[in-house]
Amino acid sequence: MEKENETKAEQEEQEQVVNPWEVSAKGSGKIDYDKLIDQFGCQRLDKTFVDRVFRLTSRSPHIFLRRNVFFAHRDFNEILDAYERGEKFYLYTGRGPSSEALHLGHLVPFMFTKYLQEAFKVPLVIQLTDDEKCMWKNLTVEESKRLARENAKDIIACGFDISRTFIFSDFDYVGGQVVGIFGFTGEDHIGKISFPPVQAVPSFPSSFPHLFSGKDKLRCLIPCAIDQDPYFRMTRDVAPRLGYSKPALIESLFFPALQGETGKMSASDANSAIYVTDSQKDIKYKVNKYAFSGGQDSVENHRKYGANLEVDIPFKYLSFFLEDDDELEHIRKEYGSGRMLTGEVKKRLIEVLTEIVERHRAARAAVTDEMVDAFMAVRPLPNMFN
Amino acid sequence: MGFSKDQLLERLQAQQVQFSKYEHPIVMTVEAQAKYVGHIKGGLTKNLFLKDKKHRFYIVSALADTKVDLKVLSQRLGLGKGGLRMAPEEALAEILQVPLGCVTPFALLNESAQHVSLLLDQGFKTQECCFFHPLSNDTSISLHIQDLDMFLKSVGRVVAYVDLEANPPVGKDQPPDLAALVPSDTLSITDVLEKTASLQVDSGVNSKPTAVTAKASELSSGPRKEKLANTAKSSSSFADPEKLIEEILEKASAIVLSEIKEENIKKHGEQLGAVVSSSMRKNLSLELKNLATMFKNTAYTEGFGAGTCCPAKRL
Repeated sequence: MEKENETKAEQEEQEQVVNPWEVSAKGSGKIDYDKLIDQFGCQRLDKTFVDRVFRLTSRSPHIFLRRNVFFAHRDFNEILDAYERGEKFYLYTGRGPSSEALHLGHLVPFMFTKYLQEAFKVPLVIQLTDDEKCMWKNLTVEESKRLARENAKDIIACGFDISRTFIFSDFDYVGGQVVGIFGFTGEDHIGKISFPPVQAVPSFPSSFPHLFSGKDKLRCLIPCAIDQDPYFRMTRDVAPRLGYSKPALIESLFFPALQGETGKMSASDANSAIYVTDSQKDIKYKVNKYAFSGGQDSVENHRKYGANLEVDIPFKYLSFFLEDDDELEHIRKEYGSGRMLTGEVKKRLIEVLTEIVERHRAARAAVTDEMVDAFMAVRPLPNMFN
Repeated sequence: MGFSKDQLLERLQAQQVQFSKYEHPIVMTVEAQAKYVGHIKGGLTKNLFLKDKKHRFYIVSALADTKVDLKVLSQRLGLGKGGLRMAPEEALAEILQVPLGCVTPFALLNESAQHVSLLLDQGFKTQECCFFHPLSNDTSISLHIQDLDMFLKSVGRVVAYVDLEANPPVGKDQPPDLAALVPSDTLSITDVLEKTASLQVDSGVNSKPTAVTAKASELSSGPRKEKLANTAKSSSSFADPEKLIEEILEKASAIVLSEIKEENIKKHGEQLGAVVSSSMRKNLSLELKNLATMFKNTAYTEGFGAGTCCPAKRL
């Protein structure tokens, strides 16, 4: 579902641009998320939601909720209302396997989705849009499928529960469904214009007869980055006409590039991101060399004025990944006031990122091709709501 | 640790592999080696230790006169243009466990080299015998290629002969002809046999199909990253309950031990138990849940695999 980022650093007096193909801030500033929410017409996810999730799931809300990484939504309140009444929902998320290189920005929605699966005890369908990348990037069908499987391994390594998760690829699964729901006739592989329906279809429970037969009113919640909002707005418009519930969305900020908040991480610039294949040395090098610092240019100035936490990347990254709220708060105070220096913050960040990346690698090493086959098999999931 | 020259020679003798041994001052190049054994019957060999962008390694062993074009080889392996380059010195020590200038097929005896792919020059078959370093630059041994072949297979290595000078086209309809020789994550003998059955040998020398056979011993599967030891350990703890529990207990003990120190005892006194307990929960919850989920997924996959080939009979 994600597209490649074509951000150019020099954007002059233009409005910020956010759509599935391009993300760039106005001028060289930051993305204005409030404006984005207004422009798109979705809602903010405020603290009352986070508290409500805590009460409903009886567990600590995920770090991405506590830190407002997932900050916007459409109809999440309805999902929660229904859940309180005992009505479940299913999760739907996906990936466009454009390259084998996955970076931390790619993992963010999957990490959050995994938490949602565990906390609410609901099933999940994961779409690998191998046909999208094939069409747009001229990959062969075989290469696309192979990439999809490699990406599936990284996704599985995030810790999804196989007894509640169905992974499917467009080439192998979706074609027939689109024909059925939208009434298209003809080939499986429909062409660029028709791509949005392919992404929309999994929002409807009838697309998965082996899982949700007889449950036409089952709601769908879609965790995604906010640039996916336009795709799903169309789906939400169409849903009632087809007799389905509108899918709900829960949307995240962009994970900023190492060089700063002018856009999102791009898989085509190796130094803009931390990859799951990076070694400890790579991470150390990249953070030290490329992570944009909000610290002052000299130690004296820094002690005097403190760091600009609005633009400081190491601090931002820590707010995404440092679990301990107290420690983060401590760093915010000390670094913001200038008592702590950038080097220290970067050092802590390197530790945190290395731990995450190494844990991911160990988990990925345990994912076999047979496991991928099992996740992708069209099979019933009898315990998916337990 | 790595095999030594003497250990290798002992083994060759024990297996009754015929070879002739020549000692000489240390040599780092084929030219230097030629000064000492060039007059003796047999083909001098050059041995390249290569690596691709995904940190997979290859030994290409060829007659000194055979032209080896790394760009062509890279394409034939399916690595694209420029996907192959000489491996760094550290890899020589770490993986092959031989000194500089001493790359040799015999290095594959070492466990550390188990995922290195070996490509032998087809031209070896035209020679009566060829010279190789027996894990040390101060000696050369010459042996008949069939004996080298036999020896390598006896230690479970797959042997592939390639026409290194060939330059077949690689494209959409012509898949890379050597793709099967790229080391992969989980490689079993049957996989290699299947894949290489279609390897085409240039009919110049002989019309026999590529000699790729191996002993029944399975090539052990390994994860794709450098830290083989650590990741191998945790992969198996996902399939084995005992190892899983061991890993959990190890992590928990580590936390307990790190928390019970003099300063903490003084600080918390009787409450130390509660402090350690909550520290354990905080630090381990996420990690152990992930472990358990992977364990479950592995078990499910095994069952799924078994179920799909032999569906259970219901009465």
